[in-house]
Amino acid sequence: MGKVAIIGVGQSAFVRSYPGSIRELVFDGFKEALGDAQIRAKDIGASVVCSAPEYDKQRSPAGVFAEYLGLNPQPTFYVETLCSSGSTGLRLAYSLISSGLHDMVAVIGFQKMSEISSAESQERMGRGADIQWESTFGTMMPAYYAMYARGHMEKYGTSLEDLALIRVKASTYGQLNEKAVYRKPVTFDMFSDPENRMSGPVASPLRVGDCCANADGSSCIIVAGEEKAKSLSKKPVWIRGLGAASESVNLAGRNLFSGLTVARKAAEQAYAMAGIGPKDIDVAEVHDCFTIAELMAYENLGFAEPGEGKELIRNKETYKEGSIPVNLDGGLLSKGHPIGATGGSQIRTVVLQLREEAGDIQVKNPEFGLVHNIGGVGLYGNVSILGR
Amino acid sequence: MSSKREIDDRFNKFGRVSFTAITKVNDFVDHLEAGKITGTRCKDCGLYFFPPRADCHQCLTSNMEWFEVSGNGTLVTFSRLQYAPAGFEEDVPYYIAVVDFGDYKVFGRISKDVAENEICVGMAMKAAVDKLPNDRLSYVFQKA
Repeated sequence: MGKVAIIGVGQSAFVRSYPGSIRELVFDGFKEALGDAQIRAKDIGASVVCSAPEYDKQRSPAGVFAEYLGLNPQPTFYVETLCSSGSTGLRLAYSLISSGLHDMVAVIGFQKMSEISSAESQERMGRGADIQWESTFGTMMPAYYAMYARGHMEKYGTSLEDLALIRVKASTYGQLNEKAVYRKPVTFDMFSDPENRMSGPVASPLRVGDCCANADGSSCIIVAGEEKAKSLSKKPVWIRGLGAASESVNLAGRNLFSGLTVARKAAEQAYAMAGIGPKDIDVAEVHDCFTIAELMAYENLGFAEPGEGKELIRNKETYKEGSIPVNLDGGLLSKGHPIGATGGSQIRTVVLQLREEAGDIQVKNPEFGLVHNIGGVGLYGNVSILGR
Repeated sequence: MSSKREIDDRFNKFGRVSFTAITKVNDFVDHLEAGKITGTRCKDCGLYFFPPRADCHQCLTSNMEWFEVSGNGTLVTFSRLQYAPAGFEEDVPYYIAVVDFGDYKVFGRISKDVAENEICVGMAMKAAVDKLPNDRLSYVFQKA
C-alpha cells in the first residue's frame, strides 16, 4: 500500500458572522487549498464535506458545494463526528486513496454558526450529548467540560490559575493569527478581576475566558496518493499515523472524569501506526474548545503523565520555545470553533509547520506533528500524526 | 380517564423539556409518577443499565427487568450553570452532576434544597423524584 500525503491546505478567515452564504464561505478555504497545491478542481477525484448539519438550513450541502466549486461530476459526500468531523474526513480521504478508489481527495470542512442565536446554538450543541437522558436537564458543552475540569482538579490538584495560563498562551499566539476571530490580548490578571469579562462564570469551574467562541469558517485539505503527491508537490506532508475512537455518549456510562478515553485510545493507535512515541512529536495542535480540554490533551497524548499536565503549562513547555509546542496558531480559544472547519484548520497549521512555512510561529526543524481533534465531550476522538 | 392513546408518548413528560416522546422504556415515566426512579437489568447476563434501555447489547436480547435506583451514591463530579440553553433560562443557576451508585451511575440535577456550600465531590447523595409544573416529572439528587 502506497503512502498518502497532504499536498494542499486552505482556510477562510474565522469570523463571528460571515457576510455570505455557506457555498461562498466554503469557496474561500477551497480556493486557498487549490492555490497551495497548484491544482484545478478537475484534478480532484472526490470530495468529502465535514460539518455538523444541525446548523445548516441547506439540506445535504455536499451536492451544493460540488457544483459551486466546479467539482461536478466527481462524487461528493458528507461525514459528521461533531467537532472532529474534519479529522474524520481526513481518515476517510486516507481510506479512499489507499484503497485505490481515488488518487486525490478534497476534505472540505465548514460551519456557519451565525445563522442561529447563541442560546439556540448552545441548545443544539447540547444535543450533541444524549437528548433522551441528559439534554432534558438543560445541559450544554461548557457544563460537560466543566465536569471534567472539576474531576481533574479534585484528582490532581489542577487549579483555576493553571487553566488561565492555557488561555494566556492561546492569546499570545492568537494575536499573531490573522485568521483568528479573537486577537485581543488576554492576561493572567483578567481572570482574578471580577469586573473583567474573562473571569465571569459560565459553568463552574469554567469562566468566560476558559471557553472558545462560536465562529463561521471553512477549511480545505487536499490529500493525494504517493505517486501523485511526488509528481505535484515539492513538500508533501505524509500521513504517518491515524487513530480514532468512540465513547459512551451519556456521562453515566463512563468511568474516567479526569481525561478523555477517546483521546488516549486514538493516540495509542496513531503512535503505533507511525512507529513513534509522544517524545518524537515536535509540534501539536490540540482540541482546546475549553482550557481544561488542552490540559487533558497533554496527558491523554502522553506529553505528560496523568495529573502532570499542569507542570507543562506552568513551565511554559508548550510554548514555541518549549519541549512540546502546542497550539501555536492560538488554538480554538483564539481562532474560534466553526465545528466542521476546525479539524482542517488544525491540520493546516501542522502542515505549514512541517513545510517550515509557518512564519512567526515556526518551530525549528520539525519532523513530526500531531493533530488531536475531539467531537462532543469526548464522544469521538481523532489523533493524526503527520511527518515530512 | 382519557381514552386509550394511539401513540404512547408518555416520555414527553420527562424533564423540563423533553426531546424524545416515544421510547420502549416509557414505563420509566409511570415509575416516576409512582415515586420511583428506575433502571433496567438484563435477566440473561445481570448487567445493570442506567439510563434504562430496552435491549442488552451484550446478549442481544430484550429480556429486561426494572430495578429501583435506591440507597446512597457518591457525587463524582458536578457543575453550576450560570447560563442555560434555550428553554431552561428560568432555571439558572442550577447544578448538573454524576452520582455513582456502584453497579451504575446516574446523570441528573442536584436539588435546589441542597446548600451550595455543602456540594462537594465525594458527598453522599440519593436520587428522588422531582415533580415539575404542568404535570412534568424528573428526578434530582438530594443530600443523603
